[in-house]
Amino acid sequence: MTENNFEPTIIGFTCNWCSYRAADLAGTARMKYAPNVKLIRMMCSGRLDPTFVLRALSSGADGVMITGCHPGECHYLEQNYKALRRFLLLRRVLEGLGIERGRVKLVWASAAEGAKFASETTTFAEEIRKLGPLNWGKFIERADEVSEAVQEEVPA
Amino acid sequence: MKNENQERVGVYVCHCGTNIAGVVDVVDVANWAAENLNHQGVIIAREYKFMCSSLGQELIEKDIKELGLTRVVVAACSPHLHEKTFRTAAKNAGLNPYLVELASIREQVSWVHTDKAVATEKAKAVVAGAVSRVIENTALEEIKVPINPNTMVVGGGIAGIQSALEIANAGFHVYLVEREPSIGGHMAQFDKTFPTLDCSACILTPRMVEAGTHPNITLLTWSEVTNVSGYVGSFNVTIKKKARFINEELCTGCGICEEKCPKKVIDDVFEAGLGYRKAVYTPFAQAVPKFPVMDKENCTYFIKGTCKACEKFCPTNAIDFSQEDEFINVEVGNIILATGYDLFDARRVSNYGYGRLPNVFTSLEFERLSNAAGPTTGDIVLRDGKTTPKSVGIIHCVGSRDKNYNNYCSVICCMQGLKFAHLVHERTGATVYNFYIDMRTAYKAYDEFYQRVLEEGTLFVRGKVAEVTNAARNEREKNKLIIQVEDTLAGKQRRIPVDMVILSSGLQPRHDANEVGKLFGISCSTDGWFTEKHPKLDPVATMTEGIYIAGCAQGPKDIPTSVAQGAAASARVLDKILQKEVTLEPIKASINHEQCSGCRICNGLCPFNAIAYIEDDQVSDINPALCQGCGTCVAACPAGAISGTGFSDDQIMAQIDGLLLRNLEEVVTA
Repeated sequence: MTENNFEPTIIGFTCNWCSYRAADLAGTARMKYAPNVKLIRMMCSGRLDPTFVLRALSSGADGVMITGCHPGECHYLEQNYKALRRFLLLRRVLEGLGIERGRVKLVWASAAEGAKFASETTTFAEEIRKLGPLNWGKFIERADEVSEAVQEEVPA
Repeated sequence: MKNENQERVGVYVCHCGTNIAGVVDVVDVANWAAENLNHQGVIIAREYKFMCSSLGQELIEKDIKELGLTRVVVAACSPHLHEKTFRTAAKNAGLNPYLVELASIREQVSWVHTDKAVATEKAKAVVAGAVSRVIENTALEEIKVPINPNTMVVGGGIAGIQSALEIANAGFHVYLVEREPSIGGHMAQFDKTFPTLDCSACILTPRMVEAGTHPNITLLTWSEVTNVSGYVGSFNVTIKKKARFINEELCTGCGICEEKCPKKVIDDVFEAGLGYRKAVYTPFAQAVPKFPVMDKENCTYFIKGTCKACEKFCPTNAIDFSQEDEFINVEVGNIILATGYDLFDARRVSNYGYGRLPNVFTSLEFERLSNAAGPTTGDIVLRDGKTTPKSVGIIHCVGSRDKNYNNYCSVICCMQGLKFAHLVHERTGATVYNFYIDMRTAYKAYDEFYQRVLEEGTLFVRGKVAEVTNAARNEREKNKLIIQVEDTLAGKQRRIPVDMVILSSGLQPRHDANEVGKLFGISCSTDGWFTEKHPKLDPVATMTEGIYIAGCAQGPKDIPTSVAQGAAASARVLDKILQKEVTLEPIKASINHEQCSGCRICNGLCPFNAIAYIEDDQVSDINPALCQGCGTCVAACPAGAISGTGFSDDQIMAQIDGLLLRNLEEVVTA
């Protein structure tokens, strides 16, 4: 795949109460947005285990969009703040692994913000398009092959 | 390719007429799923015009029974719309309803994308995600909780009163909470109601009295809700009953305290700043309850330490200066919010001069001015309190349908403006001008009222008023308010001098609607009105089970619609009460004690205090009655000891793989 026709693959995590409903509203209102993001619904952005993001990025996703209710509007009172904490920490960990911080994005969208959901999705898809493919999974496979080859060369 | 697990999965792709099939090649999606996902256990994939129809559901039920399906994926609309439908269908066929997954290929695919090939590919990925996930689903049992038959209604305007009466008349107890000293709301301030011109007080006060004396209604006025906990069926609500400084047991409502109180205060609330009240007062004569309240901020005794005129003259010793705010806890099963609206602050439209030009009035001021029980006993006069206007201009859409203020139409202002025109004409004989953008007189008998006002000789100018000014350009305009407007029907600019201007101000959400929404766990639209569960089919329910909305809190509306919504919300609550129990989603977290290291990281993460540490066993434990199922603790547990039903790690990981078509690639490359 060349850079020119690169279509980013993005996994989006939504909460059941605000951002998933924002996506529903964008649909009901027939707002058009980039088709690159595929959504996973959770009850709350607080449910987001950072492992999910790592799994997505290592399995072929070029970017991950985490969405939730606006701060102060969480259906579970304050759990989106915990998502925010994890997001900030996770981004630092990813940078340490050599992954651009822009590949993971946090977006707040209320159930009324279908338009915001649509525009943020399109914007993020463009941002990832500029960053290019991640190929982390292939890198990991190659790293495994290299380490196996190295091990074979090392006399027992 | 072999089936790697023992599951038998059925995939059902809905056309939704052309809603999905117009963009997504549904036949291709179904064929693709049957061919490429069979290693995951897909043994049948079908497409059908309307899966949610009874025939569509029968199709699924038949396959469950005949093909022995153990999992079902329906690729259709949002789970928020039809998840329940398909879960029920599965249940009818003997399959646990939680073994059904919906793949949203309408809201998330066909409605938001235009390229057919791209949309079809995305639909396949979404279906693959749902198939991978459904394999990891576990059978769950619904949780049933009892419904407390008591209800709380917040807001004692006409919508709240109607709600409370409907439920109370059905034989169930209601706590009616009102922030002001009396129930009645905005309707109690009005003089006449459009289009019939019934006297507002005459139709409202009997309802107020009924609510005030009903054996099934506990009236809590001068009170505010400060805390809400629990969930549908068993809410625990804390109400702050502000100190009235009146002993309600002893007070007879005779009014002597008010008469003797030496302190006069401008009444900004009920009289809209046009009249006065005392420091101890009932806002209006027909107030329910009859007990006055003492305004601590303005009472001479509270300020200077002496006076107590009210106490001296009270014949029943009901004045109690030592009273303090009281906090009451009540248990209720359902809550109706009928918290009403705030009037748009006309000062914001500075070019209309309200607050600067004395004879510019707001609609609420005019209501008090024209009210026989108001500060001028119903005389329509200028701000000087004596001069009858000879010409009056009524400006519509103030603060509404205006990008600078509120985009929405406030619904009632056209009819309100026409009512004002009629009243001014009837009582003063003045020349009346109405300045409107569009005349909106929908609903029963409204347009007939417009015709009547037209025939009475009221003048109408179509155009948005640019400015109201007192800068006269000639003799004719001297000492007048001049309305500068483009008459869009005649196609020319006009300057119309008048004595009085009435601004038909719009409605806006309560200033604290956001905080109140948060308190009850419901959200507001971008305009600030409470969000209903469905804009058409479920206008009085909210996303939070057990919380209902009625009246203007949900959006601008007139009296008949507010009453209808109040009654509708009650019907929903009565339905819940009569069912005696409610079914809750079995989405809960639980801790595997074998794996728990007792680190207590999860304890502090739970905002519902559902996680407790068991000292004896040195492990944490979750109380399922308090757990709301957010899953934050599941994500945080370093030992992976906490699992969350419905949204387990395995389910989400599998869905990630499915969406990335990873499971597929593995098989293809193997």
